Amino acid sequence: MTASKSRLKKHSERVERVAIRFAGDSGDGMQLTGARFSDETALAGNDLSTFPDFPAEIRAPAGTMAGVSGFQIHFSSHDIHTPADQPDVLIAFNPAALRANVDDVRPKGMLIINIDSFNQKALTRAGYDGDPLPDLRDRYQLVEVPFTSLNREALQGLDLSQREIDRCKNFFALGMLCWLYGRQMEATERWLGGKFKGDILEGNVRTLRAGHAFGETTELFPVSFEVPAAKIEPGTYRNITGNQALAWGIVAAGVQMERGVFLGAYPITPASEVLHEVARYRHFGVKTFQAEDEMAAASSTIGAAFAGQLAVTISSGPGFVLKQEALALASMVELPLVAINVQRAGPSTGSPTKTEQGDLLAALFGRHSQSPIPILAPCTPGDCFHIILEAFRIAVRYMTPVIVLSDGYIANSSEPWLIPDVDALDRDPIRFASAQDVGEFQPYARDPETLARPWAIPGTKGLEHRIGGLTKQDITGNVSYEADNHRKMNQLRKDKIAGIAKQFAPIEIDGPVEGEILIVGWGGTLGSITAAVEAVREDGLSVSRIHLRHLNPFPKNLGEILGRFEKVLLPELSDGHLALLLRARFLIDIRSLTKIEGQPFKISELTEAIRELHSSSTA
Amino acid sequence: MAAQPAVKISRKDFVSDQDVRWCPGCGDYSILANVQRVMPDLGVPRENVVFVSGIGCSSRFPYYMNTYGFHTIHGRAPAFATGIKASRPELSVWIVTGDGDGLSIGGNHLLHTIRRNIDTQILLFNNQIYGLTKGQYSPTSEVGIKTKSTPQGSIDHPVDPIAFALGCGATFIARTIDVDAKHMQLILKRAHEHKGTAFIEILQNCPVFNDGIWEAVENRKSRTTAALVLEHGEPLVFGQQGHRQGIVFKDGIPSVIDLADDDDPIERGVVVHDERPNASSYAGVLASLRRPDFPIPVGVFRAVEKPTYEEMLQAQVDSAIADRGRGDLKALLHSGDTWTI
Repeated sequence: MTASKSRLKKHSERVERVAIRFAGDSGDGMQLTGARFSDETALAGNDLSTFPDFPAEIRAPAGTMAGVSGFQIHFSSHDIHTPADQPDVLIAFNPAALRANVDDVRPKGMLIINIDSFNQKALTRAGYDGDPLPDLRDRYQLVEVPFTSLNREALQGLDLSQREIDRCKNFFALGMLCWLYGRQMEATERWLGGKFKGDILEGNVRTLRAGHAFGETTELFPVSFEVPAAKIEPGTYRNITGNQALAWGIVAAGVQMERGVFLGAYPITPASEVLHEVARYRHFGVKTFQAEDEMAAASSTIGAAFAGQLAVTISSGPGFVLKQEALALASMVELPLVAINVQRAGPSTGSPTKTEQGDLLAALFGRHSQSPIPILAPCTPGDCFHIILEAFRIAVRYMTPVIVLSDGYIANSSEPWLIPDVDALDRDPIRFASAQDVGEFQPYARDPETLARPWAIPGTKGLEHRIGGLTKQDITGNVSYEADNHRKMNQLRKDKIAGIAKQFAPIEIDGPVEGEILIVGWGGTLGSITAAVEAVREDGLSVSRIHLRHLNPFPKNLGEILGRFEKVLLPELSDGHLALLLRARFLIDIRSLTKIEGQPFKISELTEAIRELHSSSTA
Repeated sequence: MAAQPAVKISRKDFVSDQDVRWCPGCGDYSILANVQRVMPDLGVPRENVVFVSGIGCSSRFPYYMNTYGFHTIHGRAPAFATGIKASRPELSVWIVTGDGDGLSIGGNHLLHTIRRNIDTQILLFNNQIYGLTKGQYSPTSEVGIKTKSTPQGSIDHPVDPIAFALGCGATFIARTIDVDAKHMQLILKRAHEHKGTAFIEILQNCPVFNDGIWEAVENRKSRTTAALVLEHGEPLVFGQQGHRQGIVFKDGIPSVIDLADDDDPIERGVVVHDERPNASSYAGVLASLRRPDFPIPVGVFRAVEKPTYEEMLQAQVDSAIADRGRGDLKALLHSGDTWTI
């Protein structure tokens, strides 16, 4: 490697933050390139936030707008919360990638294009009438790099087909970017070594290094940039996506609660990755089951819970609604399990790879009759790990299904994650009911504190009992159609779920504890809201902020906090589900800020709304 | 379990304290009694037995068994049972379902549970009608049946449960009759002994909404000619002394021949029943036999060996632990690229 020498030759300019977007065909390896650059950036000590944005089609026709796949990374020498509204740099592998993304780039930003792919045919396929480059040269710093031919030159002599050679060009670009921003490449080379062998490995490594060398010698880049390491909390970090953290949370639950895990799932975007990831960890005693459909995924999971496993099912909106029937039964029979919904843009098939927070009301009220179920929502990729552990603890302690609402944005985004100290994580071995400690066994006798019924599992002598969907008689669990009992059992289930709030820590307010403006968020919008609040504070506005991870029941001090502010703004990626709930529950005039575009909030959208709210007269 | 001296358990130990609430004369009573009678002979501790059901008259069954029991959702009992058995292979898991529950709303779950060869016993009570919803036609009802939802007669072609199970690749398929206690007990024991999914169609009478559809085989007198009792290694012979008949195949097409009392059926070409052919076509022909041209076959149609889902799943867990050691959470969280500040 000659990376250290290269710095001497060219100037290095210090910048505090940069946002880069990689864009190309869905087969060009943009997600991979972005992920590798993210890891190198994390290892360089920057804070970072990523946003993969790709089409639902696996390989849309090459060169078309429909097939464009993008990956944005924002990295900085200070604390950041979002992948940034506007990229400073766009790397476009073809005209379609340029056309689909160029309007997002900040004025005077850098466009790095693969000039080899800018021929008439490709321009037409992308929908360009004429040559877009002259106009772009005025508005941006346009850097034309012949990635395809440079890559071919670099890989001469290898026993690879033209197609195989061309598939390596993303690593040429990656090497060049690594030079441009002073990133190391050892981790990427190590990663390549674990992934490929022979000439494919050689080709990727060679082009990666060639890209780096090209950066340091070409006159296209007069300077390189240095983004100093961020000052972040000491500890050992790794990069993690929300889906990976969900999967590891599931595995960790089995370890911390000392019980086998059963994951029943049916493939659905963007939740399937969790199934794939968990399936790799059979040596943790984890069993995964790919069911025939969503109903079977949920039903097998309840069966596993009945049999005494840590049971979890995962899907996304269209699959989640198919599970509601089973979740209503789980609520009736009061068995512990976790149902994860990685929300996506709907309704129906909708936009499978795009994000939304539109399933909150379905999670709360989408089942027939009354069947209260606790709902938790992780707010960052790393939080997905902790929320799964919390969900299992609640499920087991209160004998209830628990719903976890993640979303497509945090599922695929990554961030540096402070790896938790395993020894400091709560350890809660499961205790089942046994004939010794229950006396005369009653399946619906309740713990006076939690109102949980006993978890008595098959194989336990003396506790044979029957449960089912028919209305249960209090205490005995026998079938009962008696009116007063029906009312009482509904009330007990309601009180049990409401009582979970007792164990929640009070909500902490970021900012003044009372005043003019309170911003309320939930789930995956934490990053955007935090960044927006910081931005308006820099302008001198006094704004407070709370963020909800517990959607049912709410933390106990929520109503009181809401009442202490003149104006409450609630941004959410839906038609205002939480706003509707809070208005109904607390009779407070919540201002709802909604966005249903399949994309996360931009910071500017939020800062604008906050400033507008500030200047509006108080009612 | 093994340490304690064996206490003789009897049928009564499997009777729960719940009042049975089927209609008077329902075939389910007899099935329940036979299952309770067989249980003590199976050698499974009561606490290791789980009955799982869906929705419908048959699906009330678990409430009456003094074992573990789960009355679940319409059609989904096989999926619940799959979760139970995959988690705890040591449990003896029984699924009770009906023709509507199992073959209509739950057809998909039944298909996949059978094809995975989950080691469970599936008792499908076939009365060719929806009982609990008060008398609509079911997926096994004959074309033309007039019910509340088909006042002009049903125009649905029925599915045959045995042919369905065969199509799903079932490793054990049998049929028995609600009132034939001896035969049902034999079949239940065979089903329990079988490793893998054991599918049993039980011809069951609904005296309220579809009375008498199985009359010919339920009636002891007519049964000898109306039913063909399948026994491995025995020729397909039915009827009584003086009126014996046998099934012969010509070019794969079955037909009935008359047998004289001193005829050797095998010499006359009567097919010898074989539960274990590799090809399922033979059992398929048996499944197609129906009255009035043929007797209704009862007994074990097919019994073959295949690994079960849950044992292969457990084997994957065991081999993963053997190869990689038991999972270490700390090592997992620190795997791949990390950096320390």
